[in-house]
Amino acid sequence: MTNPSNSAATSVAIALAGSGGAGIMTAGNMLLEAAASAGYYALMTRSSGPQIRGGEAAAMLRIATHPVECMPAGFDLLAAVDWENVHRFGAEIPLGAGGLVLGDEAEGAPPAVFTASGAAIAALPLAAIARGIPGGRPNMVLLGLVGALLGLPEDAMHEAVSRTLGKRPAALEPSLAALAAGRSAAGSLQPFTPLAPPPGSAAGRWLITGNEAAGLGALQGGVRFVAAYPITPATEMLEWLSPSLESVGGVLVQAEDELASINMAIGASYGGVPSLTATSGPGLALMLESLGLAVASETPIVVVDIMRVGPSTGIPTKSEQGDLDIALHGLHGDAPHLVLAPNGVGDALATTQWAVTLAESLQCPAIVLSDQFLGQARAVIDRPAAGASPAARDVAAAAAEGDAPYRRYALTDSGISPMAIPGTAGVTYTADGLEHGERGTPSSQFTDHAAQLDKRLRKLADHDYGERWADLEGEGDLAVITFGSCTGPLREALALAYERGLAVRLVSLRLLAPAQPARLAAALAGVRKALVLEQNHSGQLLRHLKSSFDLPVPLASLRKPGGQQFNAAEILRHVVEWSAA
Amino acid sequence: MIDMTLTPAHYKSDVKPVWCPGCGDFGVLNALAKALAKLALRPEDVAVVSGIGCSSRIPAYTSAYGFHGVHGRALAVGTGLKVARPDLTVVVTGGDGDGYSIGGNHFLHACRRNVDLTYIVMDNRVYGMTKGQPSPTTEADWTSKLMPQGTGLGEIKPMAIALAAGANFIARGFTGDPNGLADLIVSAVEHPGFSFVEVLSPCVTFRPEQREWKKMVRGHALAPAADSVEAATRIFADDGMNLGVLYAGTRRPFAPPIGRAQRTPTDLERRFAL
Ligand SMILES: Cc1ncc(C[n+]2csc(CCOP(=O)(O)OP(=O)(O)O)c2C)c(N)n1
Ligand code: SF4
Repeated sequence: MTNPSNSAATSVAIALAGSGGAGIMTAGNMLLEAAASAGYYALMTRSSGPQIRGGEAAAMLRIATHPVECMPAGFDLLAAVDWENVHRFGAEIPLGAGGLVLGDEAEGAPPAVFTASGAAIAALPLAAIARGIPGGRPNMVLLGLVGALLGLPEDAMHEAVSRTLGKRPAALEPSLAALAAGRSAAGSLQPFTPLAPPPGSAAGRWLITGNEAAGLGALQGGVRFVAAYPITPATEMLEWLSPSLESVGGVLVQAEDELASINMAIGASYGGVPSLTATSGPGLALMLESLGLAVASETPIVVVDIMRVGPSTGIPTKSEQGDLDIALHGLHGDAPHLVLAPNGVGDALATTQWAVTLAESLQCPAIVLSDQFLGQARAVIDRPAAGASPAARDVAAAAAEGDAPYRRYALTDSGISPMAIPGTAGVTYTADGLEHGERGTPSSQFTDHAAQLDKRLRKLADHDYGERWADLEGEGDLAVITFGSCTGPLREALALAYERGLAVRLVSLRLLAPAQPARLAAALAGVRKALVLEQNHSGQLLRHLKSSFDLPVPLASLRKPGGQQFNAAEILRHVVEWSAA
Repeated sequence: MIDMTLTPAHYKSDVKPVWCPGCGDFGVLNALAKALAKLALRPEDVAVVSGIGCSSRIPAYTSAYGFHGVHGRALAVGTGLKVARPDLTVVVTGGDGDGYSIGGNHFLHACRRNVDLTYIVMDNRVYGMTKGQPSPTTEADWTSKLMPQGTGLGEIKPMAIALAAGANFIARGFTGDPNGLADLIVSAVEHPGFSFVEVLSPCVTFRPEQREWKKMVRGHALAPAADSVEAATRIFADDGMNLGVLYAGTRRPFAPPIGRAQRTPTDLERRFAL
């Protein structure tokens, strides 16, 4: 609702909030589903209080006539069933100047953090209306009200509620009645700029979280074994994978810790089954030694790291791009491996799938750096394009007696040597994390070490990664280089800059290791200076670009620690300043 | 597939062991080869997995598939392999440091998970590979450069831990009795679920006094109990030198189905389509 004088908005940001148990997440998901089925694009993120369960909750949604990948700088509507502890979301739900704060009149004035911006205040007897309906609840009254304010079709709202509660008729009827009551109560409020008509029908679009997309990408890539230890915010990916893997003939093992998960994945992959583990920063830290084992033994595995704020336990529920350093450099010894990063909710599918394909064909570990924002955001996206072709491991054929002995770590030109899968006769070998000769026999000879290091480097360095290594958009003699979840707000910021006559290129790196300096230099041809955008305190991507790329352009840095996502307006402001400097 | 022409020699590779002459681990290698021959398993259908230590060198000395991983994680590798490939016979091997110290958590959970694999621990009550430091099974007063006064800590009882944690088969063998040990390994492999075989395997270099074990062990002193309470009573009264099967239980192994696809990943996409 960027311009209140317009009769319709192309993008509206809404926050629903309330204390624990008030059904805020349920209402948020219903609103998201209603908007999705009505033909809008939308994105929902959530936040909750520090309590393990039952704390205050907020569902933050952006509904638009175009794909959305981030929240705006200001919300247009905050609707709460109560104000108990909701002030804690003050920093996460900044109200725009033309915003509206809507609450229950019995709850008194909304917290000042929300109204300080000059947002309008409205109050209705939400709880009293709900009490008038046997079994009715205020969250459904609020949902009906918000749906009406936004101009979402009544049948889409009705359908979203029915789909969720359809199996519980006792809850469905009062909920629909409360929804309708909320809808009629909207008439008494001052006019609110409704959404512009939807951009076509929902057909062909998906509603998915980044964690689900990563899980689906893993399965599309051929993963059939997962071992993992629960950790926020990776758990949902595992919970989605558990039954899904089973249905496609795979298995998920809950391991005793991350040391076990990665080694179980290595064992399964050694057995010929493409394998994955998912974790967050603390777990990735525990896995580093065994990632080196996967490098040395040339065992393909994928580790998905849904990054959260670190170091240590940090802020488990908030996003940060702080694990880039250990993902790139945390392994001891010279240990070439792959590091990839999805740059959107939908891209988590293709990037995870690509990671499986690369790990399998290059016989090495791949780390996928997603994050809490991408992982837990639920979004309407266009159906993702087909991913990389499924995993293809170069497998050794059986050999007969009299054949030359099998050389598991043969020094081939490509560096890739056919891997024997247990059960195959005549090519038994011992995979080893100890340095070894071509047959796998442990060796402490310098020559073997140097030759195997070369082999392991060569297979990654010489591989043709094609076009997926980065997303390159726009033109001009300025560029912003970023990765992961900063890409969404950057894309939006650069579109706004372009509208103002400032052309800036977007470079979103999907393949972070091995570094692709020649490709990046080519992508920056004609660029006079570049800004590096990332969400961490120390500038980990900036350091990576400086140390591994030797770029022909000067680099400036735009970064902030995790805990609060960048928004487009904030990036735009910096880009404009930087472009003029 | 059964091939009756396989002899123990078929299960050894041409790689020369790095062990000190007289090391107990030679006898374990011989017993393992004998056991695999008795079981008539094709070498390519067997995987021997280990961590790090002198004892953990064993996989490359067999002609089976082998995986020599990092220190302490052998049971995790073996678990992943067996769950992913239930058709293989998986034997996990290692030392007391590898299995009870750095890998102790995996030992607990492998017993409890009860995946159908065999775990052979070559217990020499010392860290051999790092040249003589105390392990969790070392006597409290055993002195070394690192712990000149001894650890002052009591030894753990791995068999008692295995029993408490839920291992389905628990036995003790001695490397100086390769035939007896081979028989124990055969029983362990054949018994469903997680089978734990503790092997007294002297480190002649750092614990030369363990050469005396051959005079101290008592063959067939342990009789298999199916009752864990009875097994517990016996193991707490045990001095560590009684050989045989302590416990053979009937717990159902952990074997989640794999390879039975009802859907394709593309089918799963439908639940996200609007
Ligand atoms: C992470 C890690 N920490 C320490 C070591 C050093 N280390 C190698 S083997 C070993 C102990 C081996 O003792 P044990 O498992 O009893 O086997 P043994 O050599 O006695 O057969 C240690 C501490 C290592 N390789 N990795
Ligand atoms: S140091 Fe001890 S355990 Fe290691 S090989 Fe020598 S005798 Fe065997």
